[in-house]
Amino acid sequence: MAEKPKLERQAMCDRLAMEFQDEWIVNLGVGMPTLCSNYVDPSRDIITHSENGVIGYGPLAEEGKEDGHLVNAGGQFVTAQPGMSILHHADSFAVIRGGMVDVTVMGAYEVAENGDFANWRIPTRKGGGIGGAMDLAACAKRVFIAMEHNTREGGPKLLSRCTLPITAPGVVKLLATDLGLFEITPEGFVLREHAPGWNPEEIQELTEAKLIIPSDLKEFRFRA
Amino acid sequence: MKNKIFNSFDEAVAGLPDGSTVMFPGFGGVGLPRNLIAALNRQGAKNLTGISNNAGALDDKIDVGTLVEAGQMKKMICAFTAATHPSRVTPFTRMYNNDEIDAELVPQGTLAERMRAAGAGIGGFYTPSSVGTELAEGKEHREINGRMHVLEHPLFGDYAFIRAWKADTFGNLQFRLTQRNFNVVMAMAATVTIVEVENEIVEAGELDPDHIHVPGIYVDRIVTIPPDGIWY
Repeated sequence: MAEKPKLERQAMCDRLAMEFQDEWIVNLGVGMPTLCSNYVDPSRDIITHSENGVIGYGPLAEEGKEDGHLVNAGGQFVTAQPGMSILHHADSFAVIRGGMVDVTVMGAYEVAENGDFANWRIPTRKGGGIGGAMDLAACAKRVFIAMEHNTREGGPKLLSRCTLPITAPGVVKLLATDLGLFEITPEGFVLREHAPGWNPEEIQELTEAKLIIPSDLKEFRFRA
Repeated sequence: MKNKIFNSFDEAVAGLPDGSTVMFPGFGGVGLPRNLIAALNRQGAKNLTGISNNAGALDDKIDVGTLVEAGQMKKMICAFTAATHPSRVTPFTRMYNNDEIDAELVPQGTLAERMRAAGAGIGGFYTPSSVGTELAEGKEHREINGRMHVLEHPLFGDYAFIRAWKADTFGNLQFRLTQRNFNVVMAMAATVTIVEVENEIVEAGELDPDHIHVPGIYVDRIVTIPPDGIWY
């Protein structure tokens, strides 16, 4: 049996970006979350923040037009745009801890129904890669996660409790996977939107945590 | 006025002793003092402790990883002690896995603020970052305004290597765009601050005092990057 198509990464990030509100300050993590910046809604002004000390940077620079002094959190060359400002690193994290960031979007290894998530250390490997994730997770107003629904081996990543060391407790509000959009409520994971062709029972089968299926469950929303 | 201008990177790092703690700024390769790192590599000091966002990138450029690979570092204090993908094996990762180098993992905002505290004469600070994670275990906790925080201590350096855009003879520094990153707090937190600068050093008075990012009182030695130096 051919495997049923799942959502593309860009669609997952588009969906999270649709939740950004006018004038939100948005911090996008390295990797998949940077795809959120490809979703543009002309009715909303989004203010980008990158932890290396830049507020209000523009899209990725075209090849040959890079400015060697201007990169985002992933070290990618980005463009300047009107209103941009620069801070040093300690002040950039003052922005984060001070509660100015409306939403941070990150990747994760695991997300739990109590809002815990893990994205910095795998116990079988020495050391960890935290970067700014713990500061952002603890202090941004909202944490959104974009990740594949299952591990490469097919194992579950939406869990009743995280098994890996967590990045922050109880902070994840919204999660897009390649099978749908999930809200985390005090009662646990609520499946808000399912990937086309996938029914709730099939999604539950690939999920360790118990999913709440609301009566107003919708199909996944794509960019217009 | 004391002369802070040195003619070469080698002269600027000549006296740096074994066992020193050295701060290395840079983020995504921007604001990274590659010329001073190359000079320290030639100078050969050993048993160094490095403070840096990461322990070296995977590209073949000179960075902190060059010193790690040469066996000059005994410990790294950084926000990344493992890459996010297991296939990205740096010299640091290889040596860390073999217990050939020590490391302390610090969340990036806490790393920056610990250096800021050192430079600002603050004995420590409480932060909500890392609360509830294994990094907070064993640290003093305190509830402030209804929120749990952990106590973090200042982080000092013997030396800071700085990459600036412009400098004057007094040592006042300007950075350009995201080059600024850790440079400011490191210049303030270290005893000896050594700068590589991208433009010709100008006379004191030529830089607008309202647009100085690091006052010259923090700066000890400045070297202009020559045309055949490392630019990116």
